[in-house]
Amino acid sequence: MNGLARIGRLTLDLAQESGAVLLFGLEALARGLRGPYYPRQILRQLLEIGYFSLPVVGLTALFTGMVLALQSYVGFSRFEAQEAIPSIVVLSMTRELGPVLAGLMVAGRVGAAMAAELGTMRVTEQIDALETLATDPLRYLVFPRLVAAMLCLPLLVLVADVIGVLGGYLVAVYKLGFGGVEYLNRTLDFLEAGDVVSGLVKALVFGFLIALMGCYQGYHCLGGAEGVGAAATRAVVGASILVLTMDYVLTELFFAR
Amino acid sequence: MSEALARIAVRGLWVGFGSKPVLRGIDLVLHEGESLVVIGASGAGKSVLLKTILGLIEAWEGSVRVDGIEVVGASSAAREQVREKIGMLFQGAALFDSLPVWENVVFGLLARGRLARGEAREAALAALAEVGLGGEVADRYPAELSGGMRKRVGLARAIAADPEILFFDEPTSGLDPIRADAINQLIRRTVRGRGRTALSISHDMASVRKIADRVAMLYEGRIIWEGPVERMEHSGNPYVDQFVHGRAEGPMTASVAGAG
Repeated sequence: MNGLARIGRLTLDLAQESGAVLLFGLEALARGLRGPYYPRQILRQLLEIGYFSLPVVGLTALFTGMVLALQSYVGFSRFEAQEAIPSIVVLSMTRELGPVLAGLMVAGRVGAAMAAELGTMRVTEQIDALETLATDPLRYLVFPRLVAAMLCLPLLVLVADVIGVLGGYLVAVYKLGFGGVEYLNRTLDFLEAGDVVSGLVKALVFGFLIALMGCYQGYHCLGGAEGVGAAATRAVVGASILVLTMDYVLTELFFAR
Repeated sequence: MSEALARIAVRGLWVGFGSKPVLRGIDLVLHEGESLVVIGASGAGKSVLLKTILGLIEAWEGSVRVDGIEVVGASSAAREQVREKIGMLFQGAALFDSLPVWENVVFGLLARGRLARGEAREAALAALAEVGLGGEVADRYPAELSGGMRKRVGLARAIAADPEILFFDEPTSGLDPIRADAINQLIRRTVRGRGRTALSISHDMASVRKIADRVAMLYEGRIIWEGPVERMEHSGNPYVDQFVHGRAEGPMTASVAGAG
């Protein structure tokens, strides 16, 4: 096959796969919304995705906030603009780093776990068993994960925003000699509701994409333990790329005007 | 007996994956109250046959009727109507890892709304007792059970709703001969005792002799022999002979080696 044909084939495969993933997600949402609902499954996923992701997301946000303050101090002190540091920290966190870093962390933690769990259920015929027992796997397994991820990610990002600001505060006040009250005042001075809301909308989209990739790869997993491992890898890589791509697209939509 | 009285009638069934056919024109009839076992080498398409009858795999062409209801190309409502008649024991039991044993057993009854949550535990304990398991396993999780116990729980789940037809996918695979025999006895008791119709697939000949009334052999996607279990040992078909007596030499050697 010549190079051009190979590029063509890859492009066609990519388009076909993207369409299949999107249709899978929309079908799961449409069927799930019609019910029956499985509140116990949704609750379990809320706990799994939201609560158990708090430590890793919190830690990431804390250090990111701290590093942001430190790095911007190095740069901004060269032209006497240190007062901008609180704004830099809060705007970077809410608009960009909160949702993206939380998204990537959750993609690694939850996306892989979803793909592995559903993949194992597929290869051990548990998904077939569900169907024979009058239970639609899209309603029982996929819909609760999509809904829980879409609810949890914005909440996780809200927590990440606050902890990130706290990280910046700690470094600025205890290392760089800022006044505590002054730092907080400056943090709030230039912050607009839109900064936070745009981050939360991003988080909602990322939540959907992460759960979608995890569920899709697990649901269509083939071939034993090796297949489950491959599904988990594809879910994490796919979700991470989608998070970064959609981050740019959404940023265009929100801020390019 | 005519096909009109058949519980399951499969006609000209072709099923495959991608462009590769697995079943190539299967014809099979299962009558009321009989136990049919489909034998054949690993990868012959036995599981695919069961899953196609259940509507879990879409057929390329042909017809599958369960009590007169067409499964091929059917709506999800028609499929559910068919599945409600059938209880299936999966090869690895396919118990839900996240649920305790008792919830596994009554899962279908709860999903179909045939049981209130309050009465579910009692019903589960009754089904477990039927397969020789005591109440002490009810709250355990599938991962804490041995292979034999998992099969029993799977069997309890298959019979909990008292279905008219039972499917058994390799019911004794992975079990030692004693546990395998215990499962065979349970299957026999369930099918004969309740007068149920059963379709099993197996390559364990001891199990076949124990649970079958009639045997069909699947080879390269076709049924190449069919007859009462008594005639299986002297079928006159070299393929069946080789398989039943477990010989490495015979007409199937080359293609088995070729298939890897």
